[in-house]
Amino acid sequence: MSLKLGVPSKGRLMEKTFSWFEKRGITLSRSGSDREYAGRVEGIEGVSLILLSAGEIPRELAAGRIHLGVTGIDLVQEKLPRWEQQVEEISRLGFGRADLVIAAPACWVDVDTLDDLDAVAAAFRKTHGHRLRIATKYHRLVREFLTDAGVADYALVDSQGATEGTVVNETAEAIADITSTGETLRANHLKILSDGLVLKSQATLWRSREATYTPQQKAFLSEFLDRLKSG
Amino acid sequence: MPSRSQILTRAAMMRVRFEAAGAQIVDPPLLQPAETLLDLYGEDIRARAYVTSDALRGEQMLRPDFTLPVVQMHMANGAEPARYTYSGEVFRRQEHDPERSNEYVQVGYEVFDRDNPAGADAEVFSLFALQLSGLPLRAATGDIGILTAAVQGMKTTERRKAALMRHLWRPRRFRLLIERFAGRKPGPEGRDALLDAKGPLDIGVPMIGKRRASEIEARIDALREDRETPPITDTELAGLETLLNVRETMPFALEQLRDVAVDLPQIAPALDRLEDRVAALQTRGVDVERLDFEAAYGRTSMEYYDGFVFGFYAEGRPDLPPIATGGRYDALTRLLGNGAEIPAVGGVLRPDLMLEIEEATQ
Repeated sequence: MSLKLGVPSKGRLMEKTFSWFEKRGITLSRSGSDREYAGRVEGIEGVSLILLSAGEIPRELAAGRIHLGVTGIDLVQEKLPRWEQQVEEISRLGFGRADLVIAAPACWVDVDTLDDLDAVAAAFRKTHGHRLRIATKYHRLVREFLTDAGVADYALVDSQGATEGTVVNETAEAIADITSTGETLRANHLKILSDGLVLKSQATLWRSREATYTPQQKAFLSEFLDRLKSG
Repeated sequence: MPSRSQILTRAAMMRVRFEAAGAQIVDPPLLQPAETLLDLYGEDIRARAYVTSDALRGEQMLRPDFTLPVVQMHMANGAEPARYTYSGEVFRRQEHDPERSNEYVQVGYEVFDRDNPAGADAEVFSLFALQLSGLPLRAATGDIGILTAAVQGMKTTERRKAALMRHLWRPRRFRLLIERFAGRKPGPEGRDALLDAKGPLDIGVPMIGKRRASEIEARIDALREDRETPPITDTELAGLETLLNVRETMPFALEQLRDVAVDLPQIAPALDRLEDRVAALQTRGVDVERLDFEAAYGRTSMEYYDGFVFGFYAEGRPDLPPIATGGRYDALTRLLGNGAEIPAVGGVLRPDLMLEIEEATQ
């Protein structure tokens, strides 16, 4: 049995992953048409390619259904509460860089830090009768970050896309989202809190600690890891 | 490991003992409306409780504890005074530690009684001690009411006191606030410029969101007022520091706290209540000379408690959660009482852990 390597099935993340491996002498490609999610591996023995949605790769690693996988640090830490026990970081790939940040309206001149956000949350709840809403899709990471910082009286509301627009639409008062340049935030009149960096993320190659490895697979793995080092 | 039927048998036995002490059996539903819990605990409860929902009733939670529904039930239609007992499953998410159960049986006892709060505190503690007798446990006690009294009596603005009260249960943020109010921690960069600005809101960005300009102005006014407020005095600061570090057997703790009361006279009535409780515990046969008291006990985990707090811990088993916990929660009855309130005290025991410890010691 070969090792299963999970790679994002679409877009720039897939292309950049392919070229990262290419530089190390491992050619990954989609077999057949563009619509088919089967893959081919050339240049190394004992590795097979599984194309998956980046968001599903953490779960597959944790379940041990794939041995290796490429996905963001943000997704691994959001989806796997015990990620340190479940996966091992092998290599950061240097692309797909993004910061998960807490951002508030730029017009909130009185808000610069989490401390301010907390004070505003208390007053907001008194005035409006509901907790200050923070739109995000990173519920666990944001909640743990805010709990740790001692911020209270907020509510997380789920936003799976166009999160920056929720403030203008008044479905949230602040947001927690991924940004790489801050351009979209500025365009939507939002600013990042000075201590509002939750996590720095980038595309990363992980190894599953939950998967079983036969002696043959162990040999394939050490060959694979050696190849990456030489790249 | 004890079997489920052993746990249920033990739970039933324990509930019978609470009945014998005068309690009425109650059985709150497994599904609780999420709103009350979210209002009370905030977003943190989502990390601890299982949330589910349907289109008609909205978000529901699998009962994470009994106290809340029992208080709600009592405030809605309970006669006074009242004593309740219950046993059943509670559900807690355990995503970080696979060793901890996410579903376990609790047996509880709650007292709603206006007369003699010290007596009620002692009644609950001694009944719990009786249920747990023979097990190698260490009891810890505390009193959130002393810290609350210290904060509420500080010589500073209501706004600062409210901020401290709000974060009483978050020791780190509480300390940060204290340091800021004592003038030991500067505000964020540019804060002075903002507060000195003639038109602080005129920075050329559009007003967006539900928080209006008037609210921003109100906060700037509050920050300006706070800047002019004299710092908390060293005497009060030192008093608070000493108070939080009191950790002694009950009689010595009381003595030390009386010394603290020289600097913080506002805690004297709370200390009188502690003294009454010590006497009531003694009357009930509790060996107070050997009972631990920590002034900071219960600050991180027991959010709705506001007076006497206690817990029983397995000796030599730091891996186990507390075997029993409880305390006084007068403010919770006010919060859920729609204008009514009643002094209340109670707690819960874990029969599964009791059996586990018994097995290990045999």
